[in-house]
Amino acid sequence: MLDVKQAHVVTQWPADRPLNVCRFDPQGRYVVVGAEDATLARFQLSDGAKVLFPGGHQTWVFSLAFSKDGNTFVSGGGEGKIIWWETATAAPAPLRSIAAHKGWIRSMAVSPDGALLASGGNDLVVRLWNMSDGAAIRELSGHEKHVYSVVFHPNGTTLFTGDLKGAVKQWDVATGQLLRTFEAKPLYAYNDGQGVDFGGVRGLAVSPDGKWLAAGGLHKASNPLGAVHEPIVCLFDLASDKPEPVRQQIAEGVTQGIIWGLRWLSDGSLMGVSGGGSGGFLIFWKPDADKDYYRFALPSLAREMDLHLDGLQVATVHHDRHVRITKLAAKT
Amino acid sequence: MQDANYACRSSEHTLARRSFLGTLAATATGAVAGGLGIFSSPVIAQQLKSDQKRVVVINMHGGLSQLESWDPKPGTDTGGPFLSIPTSVPGIQISELLPQTAQIMQHLCLLRGVNTSEDDHGKGRFMMLTGRRQMPGLDFPEMGAVCAKTLMPETSDLPGHIVITPGGGGGRGNDSAYLGPKYSSIQLGNGNPPPNTALPGGLTEQSELARHDFRRQVNERFLNRRRTAVTEAFTYSYEQALKLMQKKDVFDVSKEPAADHERYGKHDFGRHCLLARRLLESGVGFVQLAHSNYDTHNENFNFHIEQMAEFDRGFSCFVKDLADRGMLESTLLIVLSEFGRTPNINHYAGRDHWSRAWSVCVAGARFPRGVAFGKTNDKGTEVTEGQCDHGNLFHTYLTAVGVDSNGSFNIDGRDLPIADPSSKMIDGLLT
Repeated sequence: MLDVKQAHVVTQWPADRPLNVCRFDPQGRYVVVGAEDATLARFQLSDGAKVLFPGGHQTWVFSLAFSKDGNTFVSGGGEGKIIWWETATAAPAPLRSIAAHKGWIRSMAVSPDGALLASGGNDLVVRLWNMSDGAAIRELSGHEKHVYSVVFHPNGTTLFTGDLKGAVKQWDVATGQLLRTFEAKPLYAYNDGQGVDFGGVRGLAVSPDGKWLAAGGLHKASNPLGAVHEPIVCLFDLASDKPEPVRQQIAEGVTQGIIWGLRWLSDGSLMGVSGGGSGGFLIFWKPDADKDYYRFALPSLAREMDLHLDGLQVATVHHDRHVRITKLAAKT
Repeated sequence: MQDANYACRSSEHTLARRSFLGTLAATATGAVAGGLGIFSSPVIAQQLKSDQKRVVVINMHGGLSQLESWDPKPGTDTGGPFLSIPTSVPGIQISELLPQTAQIMQHLCLLRGVNTSEDDHGKGRFMMLTGRRQMPGLDFPEMGAVCAKTLMPETSDLPGHIVITPGGGGGRGNDSAYLGPKYSSIQLGNGNPPPNTALPGGLTEQSELARHDFRRQVNERFLNRRRTAVTEAFTYSYEQALKLMQKKDVFDVSKEPAADHERYGKHDFGRHCLLARRLLESGVGFVQLAHSNYDTHNENFNFHIEQMAEFDRGFSCFVKDLADRGMLESTLLIVLSEFGRTPNINHYAGRDHWSRAWSVCVAGARFPRGVAFGKTNDKGTEVTEGQCDHGNLFHTYLTAVGVDSNGSFNIDGRDLPIADPSSKMIDGLLT
């Protein structure tokens, strides 16, 4: 039974390099991780057995997404390739490779019906692909800065994409038409003294009922180059015409924190994963409150997370070269 | 030996006096009004054009990552996520973040074996710009002041030491140490012309010239008996201000063609590079500009994507234009920082300060073209070949533009070495 206040780390497995990204397979058997190198790793949830997936990428893997049935997954790399893999194979090798973007592919998502793959990255373009054969379907242009996040609406008809400047665009999947732009301005700052853009939509999630769009990242960036900032979530009401967030959800005291991923839980809570000066956190908000109602401290700085299909297990990946499985329930 | 005597019969004084008298004559005939400054003549201007060496320093403020620029190590634990790309010189690869620079590698010389052993921003900057370690109670002139003193004709209408600052500000720098304020920088805040270079409203050019004539006559009488570095600097500041007013168009980058603004990039760094080109072509001997900020303890890779893209465009256009216009033979261009960045990637995906193995890029003068000199190990943690430090670099820069770096300035009768006498230029590098 979901009870975030009883959250505890169930297990952890070591990896060879600091980790950047993770995804559970939809059948609930594995968690796949990408790291600060070109090789993916698959961990079996039942016993932690690790299998490496080499030979696909030339550099770091930034994004992962599973097919609806979980039999295949795709990885997006810093060289701009999307690679298709067979999930449960004992001898991993790329099934398909496409030159998808110029530069990093920062985020990918598969549509709820499993037909489409969306990808976005540093070339400012969002692309839709046929998940089954990798055929290009359309390009969505309009972002002025790097695309950091992509996520489908639960009904599959629209796609949300967020960028470095905090612009979250909603696209019609069938036509590619831009429907509207949400302005998550608190997630972005230009630091004149340091001459740098900083922030971005690092996490993006639509509630299962389609009511809320949550965009996460950082604010209070008084020293971007020195990691002085705190995590924040901008909450948008999708039924409203307003492009501005209806609520800014914060986590006071999580210094040097950034929201790297967001998931909606079965009780209506929003869960974010954040790094921070003193480690990592899973942070929990209710949609009707600005402040978090609970935060769970992780042993090391966390960089990404995913929620298992059971709604209780959370995979987090860390700079200390470990993937951890946390259960959002009492110990048994 | 570079003479800086303040005795009444110094050659410097004599020249200034001759020029002053010439100016009076020119003023009497109206030749100065709206024209060149008081120390100019067509013969000197022509000589300046043909002989003058120039130096440009681009300071990558905060500490550029050598791994994301000149010395990439892709596929290693320390290499980060970026790939390396081939350049116009077979065998030399640089970061994929510099695609336009890669196309002009035939003009560049990469110094990949820099080891300065100093990880403090202020101290590192001091070392790279003076060629010496900071020591209590001692100050040394920065490269700009040294170049202004050694490269610029005393008769130049323009200041010899210009610093284009990335933000606002302006005025004079405090960077000439014992060479005196005459050689300290004139700072152009964000590339804007020096302030107060237009005549106040209601003051005619004729009355302005008359004011200066009167000032000069009074000053000259005083200086005949009491000439010191301070009085000279005081007098020089007036003359320089007058010259700046007469030459203010030199600082107006908006007069450069729109197509060049577009090519260089419509951001501050592109504009500053274009201004530097304009200043060099006008006869300024030393220009320093900066690109900010590379002190990327946090999210090193995200910040380098953005910063390097700006740099790549402006820098590559600048070098190409200097080469196309035949100026690289007489111009030394240096891209430096106070240090490099750690091979280790920290938990914020940042890189910290690292001075034991990093890179400097140079182009022009007597430096060889299309060369990577020096080497680091596979992970970029140590220099394995061609090691050099700030002192070696300073000697080599000056030698490359024809200055005897083992010589001395004579300051009030004391010989002060131009560069650190305990160091020397890099062996076997210059052509």
